[in-house]
Amino acid sequence: MRTLRIVTTAVLAGAALFGTAGTALAESPSASPSTGSDGAAAAPTEAGTSFRTATVIKPDQRATADASTGDYLYWVLPVDAGQRATVKAEVKLPRSARHGAATWQLDVYDGLRRRQACQYGARTRTAAPDAGSVELSCTLRTVRAWAEPWANDPLPGGYYVRLTVADLPKDDLGLPVHAEVGATVADMGGARAVDGTLGAPLVPGVSTAAPQDEESTAPEDEASAAPGKPADLIAPDGGWSSGGWSDRWLWTAAGGLLAALAGIAGYQFTRGSGRPSRVPPGA
Amino acid sequence: MITRKRLAAGVCGLLAAMTVALAPTPASAGEPDAKSSPKVELTLDVSGSMRARDIDGQSRMAAAKQAFNEVLDAVPDEVQLGIRTLGANYHGEDRKVGCKDTRQLYPVGPLDRTEAKTAVATLSPTGWTPIGPALLGAADDLKGGDASRRIVLITDGEDTCAPLDPCQVARDIAAKGIHLTVDTLGLLPDAKTRNQLSCIAEATGGTYTSVQHTKELRDRVHQLVDRAARPVATPVATAGTQQCADAPKLKPGLYSDREKFAEHRWYRVDVRPGQELRASVSIAADRAVNNDYGVLLRASTEHGREIVRGAEAGDGRTDVISSGLRYPKAPSDSADDDAPAAETVCLQVSNSFSAPASVKTDPGLPVELAVDVVDGPDDASDAAFFGLGHGWWLLAALALTGLLTGLLWGWISRWRVTVWRTN
Repeated sequence: MRTLRIVTTAVLAGAALFGTAGTALAESPSASPSTGSDGAAAAPTEAGTSFRTATVIKPDQRATADASTGDYLYWVLPVDAGQRATVKAEVKLPRSARHGAATWQLDVYDGLRRRQACQYGARTRTAAPDAGSVELSCTLRTVRAWAEPWANDPLPGGYYVRLTVADLPKDDLGLPVHAEVGATVADMGGARAVDGTLGAPLVPGVSTAAPQDEESTAPEDEASAAPGKPADLIAPDGGWSSGGWSDRWLWTAAGGLLAALAGIAGYQFTRGSGRPSRVPPGA
Repeated sequence: MITRKRLAAGVCGLLAAMTVALAPTPASAGEPDAKSSPKVELTLDVSGSMRARDIDGQSRMAAAKQAFNEVLDAVPDEVQLGIRTLGANYHGEDRKVGCKDTRQLYPVGPLDRTEAKTAVATLSPTGWTPIGPALLGAADDLKGGDASRRIVLITDGEDTCAPLDPCQVARDIAAKGIHLTVDTLGLLPDAKTRNQLSCIAEATGGTYTSVQHTKELRDRVHQLVDRAARPVATPVATAGTQQCADAPKLKPGLYSDREKFAEHRWYRVDVRPGQELRASVSIAADRAVNNDYGVLLRASTEHGREIVRGAEAGDGRTDVISSGLRYPKAPSDSADDDAPAAETVCLQVSNSFSAPASVKTDPGLPVELAVDVVDGPDDASDAAFFGLGHGWWLLAALALTGLLTGLLWGWISRWRVTVWRTN
């Protein structure tokens, strides 16, 4: 199994090396849809109110939502192995007179609804009674391809973003607010690449489609399964990475090449230049 | 790499196309399925106080009517919408009669816009504010089907019909496990109304909005009706037990349950060798709870040995607290086994919520449990990616090793030449 995987990976890596130059040019216009106006138009304008109803967003999209102070707003975005996501939120506070300072909070949960730590960023911030808006941000740890089941390490899958007011004077409950949420992902490269892969990304309901098909005797089962969040909605644009590529292949190959060259150089060094002087001519 | 991704995407696309082609065709998407289409009931307060003219210069009633007209025009086709009034008919002073005054103005079903608008136009502010009975009536109107249900309650005052506490009524309705959410809109920003309405919303996982302008009212009602139309997975009700031995067996899916304060409940899941169990649990704080709380999800064997746990604690204002775990079961060693025996994993969900003595503990807190069983992961044999290296130290080490090997090889071959020559 493992050997097979390594062989496949090596073949794929080779193909990738040859193919990258050719396709990079062709792919580049679609690779950055966020810069165009159509990217902004496609951004969702509603937020979910629970884990189940979370609105799916893509990295580099700017999702907006109108809500009431006190609502719990949920979004979910895919983050793949080797990526580090930064979630930023801006809340435009109600213009009408408020009764005191309010503390806003941004929480990020992984696909198993485990809370994820923020490396940097102001996750909570208190807005003064006269402030017009409040900005929050959270940079997650780099997502690993594999982790032990006992670890809380971030794994590839859907990441839930929850935005809410954590503390406020009760009189300000229910006032209208406008929230904007966006996420960016940075590829952290092979330095963070680890061995192993998950059987499937941590996306909720990833398995429920199959078992229900098995036992469904009536078409109603299909219909009731359909309204669930299709697991493939929460996926990066190009699909989840297979975990076969990292720039460690290049480093290791370069190391091997360097070792070979150094070996030849060392061998040459012991031979000296030309024939040894002690050898008599014509020997 | 991009090529590879495209290839993968292509294969996935092909597979998806095949799946679609093979799957039995579901009912055409545009046609609302009576059994699973979401239901919404707009519940409007028509009590005497709705006469007050304090919303953009017009009366609260006029603002509500205007908002209703605009919302009715834009109701998504798949939503079954009904309208219920409270305090619309009884003019008298008798509290007992006034507190029963709630009536279904327009039945829940496919919407006839003209008819619904005409019905709304006839309303004039009249009587009492029986919120509790209105909620019970609305829950009754929304019976049947298994799709999501939503009550949008618009009122300008607190319930005038004690002792039936509308907040408790809302919680009891939600505890029936019928996926019912109550969203409340308050037209009067006073503390009593706000406390009551936000309590009702909190009890059912809904939202509370304080409205001061007609536009806000229209936009919010519109948004809530649209929200009802969005497809959502509805959990299946289950009941966990005090011990693992008699716990319900769960298949992959979404489940709901109720759990009292500081209680734990057991469930069982079958996991075959080579599969991975994934479980997430959310416990909602649907009432006033003490400031610090926690949740623990634990997977153990049938004999009580703990395998893995997920725990979370928190403090302050929250809707839910959640945690999750995953348990990859190692593949079985014996290759001749055709169907390896499944292991029964016991899942324990416990909470450490607590509440002031004045808070009712029955029904319990809503629990949402998501269970997934997927193919197991490809285990790591090395911390690094396939055991490959990275960085300048690696290059230096490899180059140095190569150099030393070359030197050694060269010297050995020189020595051999010398030996051969002297012989």
